[in-house]
Amino acid sequence: MNRAAVLAAAILAFAGAMAVRATPPPLQYVNDTAILSDGMPRLLSDYGFFDDLGGQVPVPHVYPYRLNTPLYSDGADKLRFVYRAAGTEFRADGEGLIDMPVGAALIKTFAFGEDAKRRLIETRVLLHRPDGWLALPYLWNEEQTDARLAIAGARLDLTTPGGEAISYRVPNKNQCKECHGLDGAVVPIGPKARNLSHDWLGEMVATGNLDTIPVGADQLPVWESRQDADLAAAARGYLDVNCAHCHRPGATASNSGLDLRWEQQSPEAIGIGKRPVAAGRGAGGHLFDIVPGSPDSSIMTYRMGSPEPGVAMPELGKATVDEEGLDIVRRWIEEMAP
Amino acid sequence: MTIRLTFAAALFASAAPVYAATHDVAPGENAQEALQEALILAEPGDEIVLAAGRYVLTDGLSLDVDGVTVRGAGMDGTVLDFTTQAGSGEGMLITSDNVTLRDFALENPKGDGIKSKGADNIVYHRIRVTWTRGPNPENGAYGIYPVESTGVLVDGVKVTGASDAGIYVGQSNRITVRNSIAEANVAGIEIENSRNALVEHNIATRNTGGILVFDLPDLPVMGGGNVIVANNLVVANDTANFAPPGNIVAGVRRGTGIMVMANDNVLIENNILSRNPTAPVMVIAYTQPFDDERYNPLPRDVVVGANTYDGGGYDPQLDGAEMLLAAFGGELPPVLWDGLGSLAAVDGTVGWSLNLTQAGKGLDGAQPGPLNVAAPAADFDRSGIGAPDALEERLGG
Repeated sequence: MNRAAVLAAAILAFAGAMAVRATPPPLQYVNDTAILSDGMPRLLSDYGFFDDLGGQVPVPHVYPYRLNTPLYSDGADKLRFVYRAAGTEFRADGEGLIDMPVGAALIKTFAFGEDAKRRLIETRVLLHRPDGWLALPYLWNEEQTDARLAIAGARLDLTTPGGEAISYRVPNKNQCKECHGLDGAVVPIGPKARNLSHDWLGEMVATGNLDTIPVGADQLPVWESRQDADLAAAARGYLDVNCAHCHRPGATASNSGLDLRWEQQSPEAIGIGKRPVAAGRGAGGHLFDIVPGSPDSSIMTYRMGSPEPGVAMPELGKATVDEEGLDIVRRWIEEMAP
Repeated sequence: MTIRLTFAAALFASAAPVYAATHDVAPGENAQEALQEALILAEPGDEIVLAAGRYVLTDGLSLDVDGVTVRGAGMDGTVLDFTTQAGSGEGMLITSDNVTLRDFALENPKGDGIKSKGADNIVYHRIRVTWTRGPNPENGAYGIYPVESTGVLVDGVKVTGASDAGIYVGQSNRITVRNSIAEANVAGIEIENSRNALVEHNIATRNTGGILVFDLPDLPVMGGGNVIVANNLVVANDTANFAPPGNIVAGVRRGTGIMVMANDNVLIENNILSRNPTAPVMVIAYTQPFDDERYNPLPRDVVVGANTYDGGGYDPQLDGAEMLLAAFGGELPPVLWDGLGSLAAVDGTVGWSLNLTQAGKGLDGAQPGPLNVAAPAADFDRSGIGAPDALEERLGG
């Protein structure tokens, strides 16, 4: 914001204060109290993350970002933002999550439809409070003017970009933790340095938000360019982003013994020749998670390819099969030497 | 719908409520949201009371608050109906400690019934989980499913139709499963990769296998053992195996009564075993190849005490059944051991052994013969086995 604009804003704010407060002045900065204090703000607008809420235009210190390889969510367009509180600094911490101190927030809005037809469906926020991270879901109103807290989640009918009519699930507060839970605490999943571009990280360093570019940044292939990337890297990157928040030690699917993190090198741990434990009918009659050379005999691809609750993987966050993701994992298994 | 006694808080100006609140939920149009909201907004010590009736649910429920009781109006009165479930891998997921679930039912969940993971000191009391169409490979895997937990008390539950195990306790410690009925599941009750488990006073009937005590490789928690299976009625477990292939229980033979695979220190006594046509009691090593160096595939120090056997394996689902039946005079003796690891049995126990010499090599080298093992050397050490006593106190009412 230039000096004249700041001045104009100040005058407007002053004028607003002088008025009978019929309409409060627009928030210029994030409401840190909403992030830090106990309680669950009822409206997305309570946080002041956006200058134009419906247009998803952020206020200062709220930065848009993207991930090299994103999580599949029924083809939703996802608008991601990160907020850094004044007086704090993000710190590099290797290839994993960027260290974002108390006061930070992550905001992710799910939208379907292009341009004028775009509908905002839900916005999920992750708030870093003094006692840890808190995940809350907000459901957008029909008028697209604000989103309301939906701790019990919701279901709504919509059509995916692929043309499928689905019952879309907005997760409830507990379901947020099913994916974001690690060793009993809620943690962010997305902003790992290995899945963020050097360009964006460089920009964050240049603007004084981040101390330095993390070692091991920008390793996962950019999803749109996956055809040019190493096949194994594309598949393992996909599994890391879409599966490993549960399938890792300390997380929701730890008891399966399957560990799909990017850094996991053990063939058994990532499912090669590994027998199912609690898969039930999810095994689809197959004996191993991954049978090298044979995606048609692998439980992993069977479950990724099913839309049926109780069989489908991931269990949460999607109702349709991610054909592109399935394709890359199938080809990776196909090319594995038996 | 929430009645919180707040006068104490006002008196002491304390942030923590001294009196627990009761959240009443009733069936109806908004049951999904109302019930899930109550589960989220509950505070430690609160009770969520589910009025009688049928709750039609489209999504899994979950509880992540310590010390909450969820109470229905009886396992036939309050029914959570998941027949039209569209999402989640289970009907109900518990991820907090000191939770009590009692007096309600789940019907037709798409995946598992109630899963409690990392949920210490949990009580399941008079819960029913039913897949109403009966045995079917499309049914969910587990009915009652505590895993990775310390302190588990399952009392008076009833599970029917699970395509894996009706009552399954995995990777846990300090467990009691008792006074429960497991009917028409693949495995009635299964204790897997767990220690210090007491399985007593249950009825296991019409399952493929009645009561299984397993230890499997390649899991975060291994070394199952210190298990007592006592005073159970294990009758007519003769349902054809309907588990989806690929799962470990898909290998359980129709007509297995009580089965121990791997594990150390297991006592089987005072059970009544009748009409389990493959083997009333089976003690074997893990049968598959494995690479996990931390894993011991053998059954060690398994004790077969005094049980009541009403016959033996009269229609065994075993390779070479006809020859075996002929060799043993028309019916296999009640106790089957593969000959691997170590087994003791009280005098008078009639059994047979495959006399295998190597685990994981199949039946090659089997030399079936009468069971010939020593009597137990000492009394079984029962210390530390079963759920912590404190869990009992939550059963009143």
